Amino acid sequence: MKINLKVWRQKNSNTEGKLVEYHLDNVSEDMSFLEMFDVLNDSLTRKGEDPVTFDHDCREGICGTCSMYINGRPHGPQTGATTCQLHMRSFNDGDTIVVEPWRARAFPVIKDLMVDRSAFDRIIQSGGYVSVNTGSARDANEILIPRTIADEAMDAAACIGCGACVAACKNASAMLFVSAKVSQLAILPQGQAEHKERAERMVAQMDAEGFGACSFTGACSVECPKSISLDHIARMNREYLGAKLTSDNA
Amino acid sequence: MKLESKIPEGPLAEKWARQKFSLKLVNPANKRKYDIIVVGTGLAGASAAASLAELGYNVKAFCFQDSPRRAHSIAAQGGINAAKNYQNDGDSVFRLFYDTIKGGDYRAREGNVYRLAEVSVNIIDQCVAQGVPFAREYGGLLANRSFGGSQVSRTFYARGQTGQQLLLGAYSALSRQVSTGKVKLYPRTEMLDLVVEGGKARGIITRNLVTGKIESHSGHAVLLCTGGYGNVFYLSTNAMGSNATAAWRAHKKGAVFGNPCFTQIHPTCIPVSGHYQSKLTLMSESLRNDGRVWAPKSKEDAQKIQKGQLRANDLSEDARDYFLERRYPSFGNLVPRDVASRNAKYVCDEGRGVSKTGLAVYLDFADAIKRDGKKTIEAKYGNLFEMYEKITGENPYETPMMIYPAVHYTMGGLWVDYNLMTSIPGLYALGEANFSDHGANRLGASALMQGLADGYFVIPYTVGDYLANIGPADKIPVDAPAFKEAEKKVHEQIDRLLAIKGERPVDDLHKELGHIMWEYCGMARTAEGLQIAREKIKALKKEFWSNVKVLGDSQEMNQALEQASRVADFIELGALMVEDALNRNESCGGHFREEYQTPDGEALRDDANYAYVAAWEYQGDDQPELLNKEMLEFENVKLTQRSYK
Amino acid sequence: MAWVIQTLSSSLGRKVIMSLTGLFLSSFLIVHMAGNLQLFKGDNGRAFNEYTYFMTHNPLIITISYLLYTSILVHALMAWVLTRHNQASRPVKYAYSKPEANSAWSSRNMGILGTILLLFIIIHMRTFWFEMHFGAVPMAEYDGKQYKDLYVVVKEAFSQWWYVLLYVICMIAMGYHLSHGFQSGFQTLGIRHKKYTPLIEFIGTYFFAIIVPAIFAAMPIYVFLQVHHII
Repeated sequence: MKINLKVWRQKNSNTEGKLVEYHLDNVSEDMSFLEMFDVLNDSLTRKGEDPVTFDHDCREGICGTCSMYINGRPHGPQTGATTCQLHMRSFNDGDTIVVEPWRARAFPVIKDLMVDRSAFDRIIQSGGYVSVNTGSARDANEILIPRTIADEAMDAAACIGCGACVAACKNASAMLFVSAKVSQLAILPQGQAEHKERAERMVAQMDAEGFGACSFTGACSVECPKSISLDHIARMNREYLGAKLTSDNA
Repeated sequence: MKLESKIPEGPLAEKWARQKFSLKLVNPANKRKYDIIVVGTGLAGASAAASLAELGYNVKAFCFQDSPRRAHSIAAQGGINAAKNYQNDGDSVFRLFYDTIKGGDYRAREGNVYRLAEVSVNIIDQCVAQGVPFAREYGGLLANRSFGGSQVSRTFYARGQTGQQLLLGAYSALSRQVSTGKVKLYPRTEMLDLVVEGGKARGIITRNLVTGKIESHSGHAVLLCTGGYGNVFYLSTNAMGSNATAAWRAHKKGAVFGNPCFTQIHPTCIPVSGHYQSKLTLMSESLRNDGRVWAPKSKEDAQKIQKGQLRANDLSEDARDYFLERRYPSFGNLVPRDVASRNAKYVCDEGRGVSKTGLAVYLDFADAIKRDGKKTIEAKYGNLFEMYEKITGENPYETPMMIYPAVHYTMGGLWVDYNLMTSIPGLYALGEANFSDHGANRLGASALMQGLADGYFVIPYTVGDYLANIGPADKIPVDAPAFKEAEKKVHEQIDRLLAIKGERPVDDLHKELGHIMWEYCGMARTAEGLQIAREKIKALKKEFWSNVKVLGDSQEMNQALEQASRVADFIELGALMVEDALNRNESCGGHFREEYQTPDGEALRDDANYAYVAAWEYQGDDQPELLNKEMLEFENVKLTQRSYK
Repeated sequence: MAWVIQTLSSSLGRKVIMSLTGLFLSSFLIVHMAGNLQLFKGDNGRAFNEYTYFMTHNPLIITISYLLYTSILVHALMAWVLTRHNQASRPVKYAYSKPEANSAWSSRNMGILGTILLLFIIIHMRTFWFEMHFGAVPMAEYDGKQYKDLYVVVKEAFSQWWYVLLYVICMIAMGYHLSHGFQSGFQTLGIRHKKYTPLIEFIGTYFFAIIVPAIFAAMPIYVFLQVHHII
């Protein structure tokens, strides 16, 4: 296959970037999208041009590192998959593919296609945990969790923190990411002790990071590689309002 | 060097309890006077950093990823073992211990393995308390499954994402400590050297991967939780960033390296599709419960399949060779990982492999679908089939899957004593980074167990003993000569890499190393082949340092530079793996030397001469390493030969 | 009270304000529509004029009407605040974006639809509400009682084809606005359930997005046709 690429190139966070065109011949349809970038980088390096910087690690769809906005959609045309799980057979010979980084105020570009997603870490640090010290747990089977509840919690916990939800949202909102964690711990009995404070603190941190508000377009859920449901956003809204109305934080 | 394993005296079941009592404690008010450096934030690193911060120590946690949550522990699929015996099927701490020792082909320490089995039960409690959504029965109790041919159901799991859920649990505990200020997090920061002064580990030198800044960090103890070195093979199931640099640089500063040649090859991975391949994807071993492994009987058919002139379904039953069932009638497709892997290699070596590259065999579900119905198979393996289809574009319900073995885990690593301390006082190694409790072969669902055992339940006790002994004053500042000198060396190496300005991109050289290692130090090894590898690696090292092409500069985000620095270490580590494989004139677990096999083609151990940990000591650049032996003593198990006939 | 301000100024709190005012305005639509159905009665506006008299003289209705004006203002103002905030959340836009692959057009364009509706409300109120309260509306007498004859104003307004067309277009905009807004309001309040969400979606789609705007649009068309003796 022949592929034309338009790739966002930006030296660092302080400089302006632009789309640069590249042409690749001999792209195999069995290549993953990132392997196509490896091939591009190999040829750029041999020519003495700076290779394209992009985030990637496990290349099997679970670490959440890869993050490319491909032809107008996060992680490209496939749904339920990350960029590293996208293969060139999803494209046609001669296609032009535009590749940009995630765009959000809270995700500043570091270089080329790489962005800084540490805002997500700070949101989790603000309350995305159960306060239990090592060694103080009781026997695991003493907490009964019906299968349906465990399954629902697992659906939320499947989030890989890639940020596709933010990238897809017209408001760059992080509601799906934040709600997945709030919801997981709100469903489970282990999360009950701190559920009010958790919702309040995580939402406050989300706002402080500069993410937008939720317009319920549903784009986040469609583009989420783990297909996390909008139900969790509703649950977080409920948790947050309930917490605000009844918590002791006057 | 004299290696002391420091296994406590007394009966096996009491060793850990005795040790915990005899270890010195740090006064609660004094804990805040100690600084601990944790490198790596996977299961071992995140759990250790969180637990130590909870105790009151000041922790600095480093990872090269952009977030601690992305460490490669996240990719583990199958599950985590624990001797809970919730299923009432005869499991016990001793049985888990016994299975692990035997599965490791008797090349692990009894004391360590028993402790691992003992604390396994606490891990599950801890993870559940954190909100890890393990699979449950309808009534609300935890579900278990049997894994990797185990006779009991002791594996806990969270769909096919157990590693992810356990890591997110440890990450949440770590995040909580970051919010309290007890842990300072350094993401996108890579350790490039260990600072040793006065015979003790004093801190580390790091590079900020975004700005390129070289920095010193001083601490009372350094914990390396940096994972395995499977990427020596270039193609493996490891993440692209997984590397051995931290461990290798510590090795060069005096930490001895245990059993480097022990690598595990996983039989059910998606085969290589072309030269551009960057990584291999593992599919759960559970597939072999229902899938039948086969290859064409004749080379001619195989060649037609390779050229695309014939399809798998065109071959009649009598043209197929179900080679595992044929060779191992009683275990069939469920033989251990190493046996399944090796047989697939043999078939492909004979020219009977399938796929374009000829490096694959079939895993066929047609009979299972006929027997149980498509629905049942879909319920069991739906997500795996989907993943396979995403990658290969083929539908495994209709055409057999293609599989090939891939490097998956490294049992070898930095040598540690019972307290997880390396041969450098104050330097610890946890999880896959240490030479570990798995001997020559790791059982399925045991890697997660070991990482968390080390981090949650072992290191919080053992590091305290060391700290109490040295006292809070025993620390050097970052402007001490030892730090300045180490920083200078790090700068020098980076400048040297950038100055070469050769012809070949880093990946190209890495791939070449991978080919050498896979060919000569992979599933089956021979003395002759290993000697060839030794020479080839020597030449490759020269080629690397004269012809690598790294563009850009050091004061910016520079992924090629990061890779180059890692590959430089992989080349040296690869050379040591070859030496170790040459030295070990026996076959055991993941190490199969073709010269040492039974008439049936099984691994032939030599317990009389090789029941030891080979601990290699660095002697300087390009000098042969010195072999130290830690003899293994078995008091509680009887050494037997495996048989799967 | 600090917590109230803090809550309402959070992104979720702002959405709650949007939701509550929006849902209140939706409920008003039902009342407004039911009342205006009098136009179809064919009694030369008597029922309609009696209804408008009631609406402008009942103390409870008057109180609610002030709440209504406030809701419109707050809904619009908060929408403006949120839109500014949301746009600032992505200072650098994508060079190439394909949102139609993952979301409905109406859900992404609530601001534009809302602006159309706001302009519509201004025109609508100028034409009728302002005339009713401050204009020179002729009087009609039913059973010896004097009523302002708003029906005359209605006939006059809807006798012009372009005015009718404006109304029809605005009602289409309202249909799109409500097709997303009604369901979204419940989502914001966290009301989402396997059993009830399908009902909310049904009402939002068929009643608020189709039936209500269609009936409203039918009114100017009906009057236009009547005035011009087409029916």
